[in-house]
Amino acid sequence: MTRFRWFLWGVVAVAAGLFGLFAYQLTQPKDEFIESAMIGQSIPAFALRAAVPDRPGLSSEDLADGKAKLVNIFASWCIPCRAEAAQLEVLRESGAEIVGIAIRDRPEDVSAFLQVYGNPFTRIGADDISEVQLSLGSSGVPETFVVDGNGVITYQHIGDIRPEHVRTILYQLREAGA
Amino acid sequence: MIAEFGLAALWLAAALAGLQLVAGFMGMRDEDEVLARLARPAALVQALLCGLAFLTLLWLFARTDLSVALVANNSHSEKPMIFKLAGAWGNHEGSMLLWVTVMAVAGGLIALVERRLPERTMLATLGAQAFVGLGFYAFLLFSSNPFERLNPAPGEGNGLNPLLQDIGLAFHPPTLYFGYVGLSVAFSFVVGALLTRQVTPEFARVMRPWILGAWVFLTIGITAGSYWAYYELGWGGWWFWDPVENASLMPWLAATALLHSASVLASRDALRAWTVMLGVIGFSMSMVGTFLVRSGILTSVHAFAVDPERGSFILALLAINIGGALVLFITRASTVAEGERFSILSREGALVVNNVALSAVLGIVLLGTLYPLLTEAFDVRVSVGPPYFNPVSAIFVLPMLVVLAVGPLLRWRKDSFARIRMPVFALGIIGLLVLAGVLLTSTIDILPLLGLVLAAVVMVGSFLPLRGRSLRRLPLAVWGMVIAHFGAGVTLFGMASDTAFQQERLVAANAGDVVEVGPWQAVLEGVIPVAGPNWNAMEAQLPLTYDGSEAGEARPQARSFWSPPQETSEIALVTRWNGQLYVGVGNQTEDGRWQLRLWWKPFVTFIWYGGLLIALGGVLALLGRLSVDVRRRVAVRKIADRKEDEAAFVQEAGA
Amino acid sequence: MKKLLLILAMLLVTPLAAQDNLPPAPFAYQQLEDPELEAMAQDLMITLRCLKCQSQSIADSDAPMAGDMRHQVRTRIAAGEEPEAIREWLIQRYGDYVSYQPRVKASTWPLFAIPALLVLGAILVLRGRLRKAK
Repeated sequence: MTRFRWFLWGVVAVAAGLFGLFAYQLTQPKDEFIESAMIGQSIPAFALRAAVPDRPGLSSEDLADGKAKLVNIFASWCIPCRAEAAQLEVLRESGAEIVGIAIRDRPEDVSAFLQVYGNPFTRIGADDISEVQLSLGSSGVPETFVVDGNGVITYQHIGDIRPEHVRTILYQLREAGA
Repeated sequence: MIAEFGLAALWLAAALAGLQLVAGFMGMRDEDEVLARLARPAALVQALLCGLAFLTLLWLFARTDLSVALVANNSHSEKPMIFKLAGAWGNHEGSMLLWVTVMAVAGGLIALVERRLPERTMLATLGAQAFVGLGFYAFLLFSSNPFERLNPAPGEGNGLNPLLQDIGLAFHPPTLYFGYVGLSVAFSFVVGALLTRQVTPEFARVMRPWILGAWVFLTIGITAGSYWAYYELGWGGWWFWDPVENASLMPWLAATALLHSASVLASRDALRAWTVMLGVIGFSMSMVGTFLVRSGILTSVHAFAVDPERGSFILALLAINIGGALVLFITRASTVAEGERFSILSREGALVVNNVALSAVLGIVLLGTLYPLLTEAFDVRVSVGPPYFNPVSAIFVLPMLVVLAVGPLLRWRKDSFARIRMPVFALGIIGLLVLAGVLLTSTIDILPLLGLVLAAVVMVGSFLPLRGRSLRRLPLAVWGMVIAHFGAGVTLFGMASDTAFQQERLVAANAGDVVEVGPWQAVLEGVIPVAGPNWNAMEAQLPLTYDGSEAGEARPQARSFWSPPQETSEIALVTRWNGQLYVGVGNQTEDGRWQLRLWWKPFVTFIWYGGLLIALGGVLALLGRLSVDVRRRVAVRKIADRKEDEAAFVQEAGA
Repeated sequence: MKKLLLILAMLLVTPLAAQDNLPPAPFAYQQLEDPELEAMAQDLMITLRCLKCQSQSIADSDAPMAGDMRHQVRTRIAAGEEPEAIREWLIQRYGDYVSYQPRVKASTWPLFAIPALLVLGAILVLRGRLRKAK
């Protein structure tokens, strides 16, 4: 009989644990982002054709040229990308070198987008089938990676860059040796 | 005025629930006879008031009274009437009111008709029912008031989203609620029986119709939900082990186990502890499911009424009700533990296997659903999906199905293998024949293979209990069991067949191209624009032939809605007795061809036919039990009438 | 209802993600020629999670990113890569979240240990019943 009681106390303990977990998760902000597991690793080899006529394309070698950079993953059809344009401009003015990867985009659409929202990029590669995006472990647009001079990913920012994020990103970029 | 009237009715109903609580628990302890006599009337009046409050809400929606916030947010003056009415429960507040109303009506019904249990147990049950109810009243009145006014009233309501105007969407939620409420009634009976130490066969018999009813509604709800996903999602899947699906599956698993263990308790006075435990778990799972969906803590569910405050409220109710019931169970453990004994080779033994297996599957579904939530607390993100759930639950489901085929042949208490040797050998041979047949004709994975074999065994085995019995004099409940078990085999057959034999074709086709999938040939005759009330679509026209003979036409559409702008794929289904052709049309490629996707899904429809058969079996069993109860009641009353002319309320119940 | 609302949520979510106007990747909606390779790809795709959708595999989704992932899977399978190597490649990038098939490791062992315990418990319960009856 006592064994049965112990078993029941076990059930109570499991239920209590479950309720505790529920309560804890209720207090946690829901984090929908899937972080890349590539942070700390070398950027995989790739070579993308130019997305617009007036900027060169992007390859993994360009990212290992000794200078730390920001890699901004964007698209003309992505609405938050418009919102972060001003912050990219601030970053560029603060001395960051920013290269872009345009996801699933037509050259004319990218050009029009850059015309309206500004072009902070020194290079823009066109990733038509999200191949490079997948290889970086990026799960959406916009995302911004910090890559050091050896082509190692050191930081990932998911979502649009808001004014309050600029300092962190500049700090991460300096840490990476820019 | 009308809204205030509804709110007042709700407050009064809550007050009566309070009275019912006090009267029930005081009466149970023999402390106050006057108060005890109030418990049943309180439950009845509460049911009436709650029903009135709900009718008020319906009335407000029917009139589209926009000064009520809930109506303004969820309705629109130009909706068809049926969707206006359905809008009353198609939102958080209204659905909670519906829940409470169904619960109050169930309580009123018990108070009115149920006289088989000792009166003290009945009072305790009504008290428990009121306790659970009060929690929901508090939830409604303090944090989800459906009658809240909006000042100033807007000119028009918000809710005209055509996608929400779906008849399935209108009637799916109440189906699940009826199931949940049925389980809450079973829970109240369990608490009442524990409080008064009356875990008896009579208690199981009284509780059984409520479990059966709940189980039928849950079965229908899951079956309909699965079919809806199948034709709405557009990729031919019918079960995704999504957290939301699992949330509806878990109460069903618990209810299925409870149903079987209650029938052992009712017939044989065994499995008392199991029945009590499952009664508590069944209701917990209903509330856990509600919590998971409403609180938004799981990915996949952020669409509906996600609100941490509501989540906290439901969680608090969950913890109080379930925690309380479990602790009560522990204090009463000695009174329920010993039941009648039996051999493992007996009807009870088979039902124990059933209970153990269903509980284990429930545990696995719960674990797999909540595990990502657990690791998230440690910042690790994992996914648990079909490749986990399918094989791991099969470990328990497959042996259970073997027992399902044989168990009903066994006698209660003790049986010998020699007696059932013949049918078991016959079933074994059927299984081997199917196994050999499938292996010789095709190569399929192990799980669908075992599924096909067991489906045949279960389908044949389910009819064996009829052997040697007079079909005309067979009780309805036995018919119910046979049909429900047969339905389980049918569903299994559909699942296994679709998994093993479905064929898929994805092509980009020009007009005139022929697409072949399985025995079907489809010709893309053309793609024409079609306009609907609030959408336009490109409709592909595909005349079909099956095995060379004409077989109708499929017209899938790619629809674009204007407001809000969104695109949906309206698939075309061509149903034959032996399966369904599932056709979808996608976008046009750059060179002008159309993306077509076709699936030939042999016997896939059997999944839902089987679900309906299971529900039908439940209905028959329910009718059988109720008619026996009514007949017995009539007989008892006749005797009682003869003995005494006047029958006072309480005295009669004690008889 | 939950099911329905979930689906509605999906219907509402997908178009937002589908605003690009580039045609899908070649093998997003096209099967491989070799039925055996296609079956292999299909078996893998139903076990990979679409990152842009709520609880759907990449085989069940119209999201462009799911299409691009299907293209990756099919081209890699066609190039002779083993399905498990492709899964591994994706896990290296997205962590275990991307795979619906949990593997035994430090963070997932309870998923396998608990069912094993349940089997053990089930056997114990049944044996207990057996002994009591004698």
